[in-house]
Amino acid sequence: MNLSDYYAITPLVFLVCWAIFLLLVDLWIPAGRKGITALLSAAGLLIALVLVLRSGEQVLTAFEGSVVVDGFSVFLSVLFLVSALAGIALAHDYLQRLGLERGEYYPLLLISTSGMMLMTYAYDLIEVFLALELLSIPLYILAGFSRLNLESEEASLKYFLLGAFSSGFVLYGVGLVFAATGYTDFPGIAKAAQNGSLNPTLFLIGAGLVLTGFGFKSALVPFHMWSPDVYQGAPSPVTAFMSVGAKAAGFAALLRVFVVVFPGMSVNLTPLLWALAALTMFVGNIVALVQSNIKRLLAYSSIAHSGYLLMAFVPYGNASVRSDAIAGMLFYLAAYCLTTFGAWAVVIALEKAEGKGLELEDYAGLGHRYPFLAATMTIFLLSFTGVPLTLGFWGKFYLFSTAVEGGFWQLALIGLLTSLISAYYYLRVVVIMYMRPGTPQVQRNFWPLLTSGVGALAVVILGIAPGVLLNLAVSALLKGL
Amino acid sequence: MGIPVSYYLVLSAIMFVIGILGVLLRRNALVTFMSLEMMFNAANLIFVTFAAYYRVLTGQIFVFFVMTVAAAEVAVGLALMVAIFRTKHSIDLDQMSSLKG
Repeated sequence: MNLSDYYAITPLVFLVCWAIFLLLVDLWIPAGRKGITALLSAAGLLIALVLVLRSGEQVLTAFEGSVVVDGFSVFLSVLFLVSALAGIALAHDYLQRLGLERGEYYPLLLISTSGMMLMTYAYDLIEVFLALELLSIPLYILAGFSRLNLESEEASLKYFLLGAFSSGFVLYGVGLVFAATGYTDFPGIAKAAQNGSLNPTLFLIGAGLVLTGFGFKSALVPFHMWSPDVYQGAPSPVTAFMSVGAKAAGFAALLRVFVVVFPGMSVNLTPLLWALAALTMFVGNIVALVQSNIKRLLAYSSIAHSGYLLMAFVPYGNASVRSDAIAGMLFYLAAYCLTTFGAWAVVIALEKAEGKGLELEDYAGLGHRYPFLAATMTIFLLSFTGVPLTLGFWGKFYLFSTAVEGGFWQLALIGLLTSLISAYYYLRVVVIMYMRPGTPQVQRNFWPLLTSGVGALAVVILGIAPGVLLNLAVSALLKGL
Repeated sequence: MGIPVSYYLVLSAIMFVIGILGVLLRRNALVTFMSLEMMFNAANLIFVTFAAYYRVLTGQIFVFFVMTVAAAEVAVGLALMVAIFRTKHSIDLDQMSSLKG
């Protein structure tokens, strides 16, 4: 262990130190002026962003190979930092409005972000577990941030119990993998798997348990039961951050573990992944049809998107399509991140205290009274659906086409059909916004409006020129995985 | 080693299953929580056993990490339960139904 090890993880060290520093500084910031903490934490995130991008083209390895910073980590770290920035932009006015303004929100968000980043750096199962907990524990607290509000507290406890339950699965799975091979670092396990010097039964059960654990984290059906409740009960900015960050981190870990450690087991795992992806797409989209609360609707939509993302894993054993599929997944994650934050910004603009303003009926008349918000929301919903020329369309297009190339055309067909189903509930919101008379009440705060504006602009521009983002995703993978 | 390694494996599997059943069946949040710890400790048993079996330190170090993380989780979990108990005067999971689902 020497200084160059710390050089590789500078952004992470900086972020954690900055969060602790802010926790202290926050004590001297008077209540009612917590905007200063928000600005300081946003500044910290921007510095971390610069630090992440500084490494440029090189691949850094540190701590005897247990940390690897490559293009994949950089791409996802940028995604997480941008999510955290959006999480702060959405939170400040919201917390003030609901009387929840406490400075701890921001340091907790930073610590959770650092956990997500560590997840993409991890090259050892010990670190995967640590990163999982580092990102989850602050999120449990954030989910219950609206204290004395029973829904938020319940959401927090449910998230906590289910989160710890899933960590238990991951941990036991890691234990079995260690038992089967005697290693916890990725290269060691991969080598043992190649030589065949392992106990295949334990190894397979271990891999299955790890998959189950991360399935809980990323809300795959049948491990999704917690997510609508938690998404509904948690404060909206936290939900937005959770639905992008925690999900993307779960997929990042799955991707690393499966591609690097378990490539030889694709024969056994591919049918399982296939079934999970198909089930998640079906259940997520079909249950979303009957939701009348916008937060629950977005929760089920986010479950459905997990299904699409999982589609990228199915051909992972096939080396010729693998990198295309992963690039497709990174592209989809970026598109999902932009669209989700935009949509949640609109939800937050309409939300009022005590969970009012969250029914679909509350959106009636939005198109006439607030054309800007209604237009951005329409863009996001169209992008979620995957209507051509939006960013969401290209995301689905790349995923489906790699699935077909990998020989899983049935899965692509299911994806297409479920997208058609999803058009019904997404477009229903658009119809309510424009066709029904009503007097929606909107809080016109600057930061949420800016978030939705930037999101909509990005979705439209990148939808016209998706090549830019795809090139970034592909070049991220060229630097190795 | 006098005792064959498979005995440890079976014991830890039993502990893990008891933990899962506890989480799924018990309705008191505290008991559920104890069951979660049981799952963690089942994994710890595996790590310690196979660290000795393979004669590597990784497994034992892992256990230290797990114990630390579990302690952090206990802190957050108990705080949550106290907060809920103050608002609701109960930590029965069956009564956690203000969110449908």
